[in-house]
Amino acid sequence: MKFALKILKDFPSYLWSGWGAVASILLFIALWDVGNQVYGDLVLPSPLETFKTLVLMLHDDAVIAEIETTLYRASMGFGFSLILGSALGLLAGFFATASMMSRPIVTILVGMPPIAWIVLAMIWFGMGDETVIFTVIVASFPIIFVGALQGTRTLDGELKEMAESFNFPWHMRFFDVYFPHIFSYVFPAWVSGLGMAWKIVIMAELLATSNGIGASLAVARSQLDTPTALSIVVIMIASLMFIEYIILEPIKREVELWRD
Amino acid sequence: MERLEVKKLNHHFGFTEILRGINFTLDKGEVLSIVGPSGGGKTTLLHLCAGLLDVQEGSVTNTFKSSAFAFQEARLLPWKNVIDNISMSLLANGEKKSEALKKSQEIALRFGLEEDYFEKFPKDLSGGMKQRVSFARALVLKPSLLFLDEPFSALDIGLKKELQTVLIEMISKKELSILFITHDLMEAIRLSDEMLLLKADPGHIVKKFRFDLIQNQRDDKYVYGKSAEILQDEEIISTFELELK
Repeated sequence: MKFALKILKDFPSYLWSGWGAVASILLFIALWDVGNQVYGDLVLPSPLETFKTLVLMLHDDAVIAEIETTLYRASMGFGFSLILGSALGLLAGFFATASMMSRPIVTILVGMPPIAWIVLAMIWFGMGDETVIFTVIVASFPIIFVGALQGTRTLDGELKEMAESFNFPWHMRFFDVYFPHIFSYVFPAWVSGLGMAWKIVIMAELLATSNGIGASLAVARSQLDTPTALSIVVIMIASLMFIEYIILEPIKREVELWRD
Repeated sequence: MERLEVKKLNHHFGFTEILRGINFTLDKGEVLSIVGPSGGGKTTLLHLCAGLLDVQEGSVTNTFKSSAFAFQEARLLPWKNVIDNISMSLLANGEKKSEALKKSQEIALRFGLEEDYFEKFPKDLSGGMKQRVSFARALVLKPSLLFLDEPFSALDIGLKKELQTVLIEMISKKELSILFITHDLMEAIRLSDEMLLLKADPGHIVKKFRFDLIQNQRDDKYVYGKSAEILQDEEIISTFELELK
């Protein structure tokens, strides 16, 4: 509770520190406009036209429904990876044999291109939610798993001994000695897992489903509707930036205050 | 009577014999030091006495009411600030949070940690400051027995003397018994009532020295004089391999 309050208290100053980022985004939009003036509306619609289309789309219930579908798939897949990846990673970290055995498997999972998983999932699950959710899980699970594994593998033996010498009860051992360390590894892994999930969900939808924003992107492509395609890209990036910089980053800062 | 009694203690790591036939007793209010070269099994012996390792052969009987441990490195929790680190030991012993924080602040001030330091994380502290926190964490418990694992070895002379003075004050009041290991003879002579010489391969006690003058009357002259005297001792020469070449 105290922790949540501290995050809220520091939030305005965090936001205020974001002017540099805002300036760089505006500069990027200016470059985009230059691109539009050079190449014309069909290749690269102007930022103004894109944002106008975006506003229209956001007032359209059908588009909102597509976004909700995508959000549902992404959160199902990511939630599943989060729970499974953290739990299995922690467990594997506690056993030397399990962590040794899991490494090559993780390498296979990470090394296999997501597009190959999508093809396999389409054969296994057909065109629908399961294919997308499965691909998201396969892509973000190894990232979270490795984070949790590293967290438990790198626990400091000297601190364990210190805790033992002062007879820390089990709940103090867990919450004061193990948890902060493990969390400092798992949390960044969650953040990268989330970024991965959001990218993969669009790609899987584009190839394997008839609804969701990924599918809308495919439709926009086939109709050469560049403003809509760009608006969808803006939605994707804006939502990712919102989650990452407005929600996760302030938490991360507080959690990692003790780090060098 | 509170005491620590070690009888016929042997210890192995795998096939390597680390300690053989260790016997000694530490009575309440006494300071016992174990000196010897590095790698001679001193840390193992201390860990066995403190219950951080399981005894394989022989016995360690500890009837002291409470004990605390200060390590060679500070071993602070990096995600806790100074006061929270100190209060950890109290909380682990079931003290109430508010009381633990109050006591921690008192002892922090006594160890020269001003209020500006209370909220700092270990990453912002110098090595000496960390060691103060580590001492405060151990001594805030008011333990009747304190285990020290070469706690002064990484400190500059000023800080070393300062922390030793705090300990000597507590020893003179008979508040504290100490078992400590070191490879620094002068440190042992300054602080201990009895000094055991541990020879390596496998670790065994070859000689005991007693110092009868009470600690707060030992001045530099006494410590240097005793050191010079002890350095002439045959066993010391052979244990530390001091043969003149």
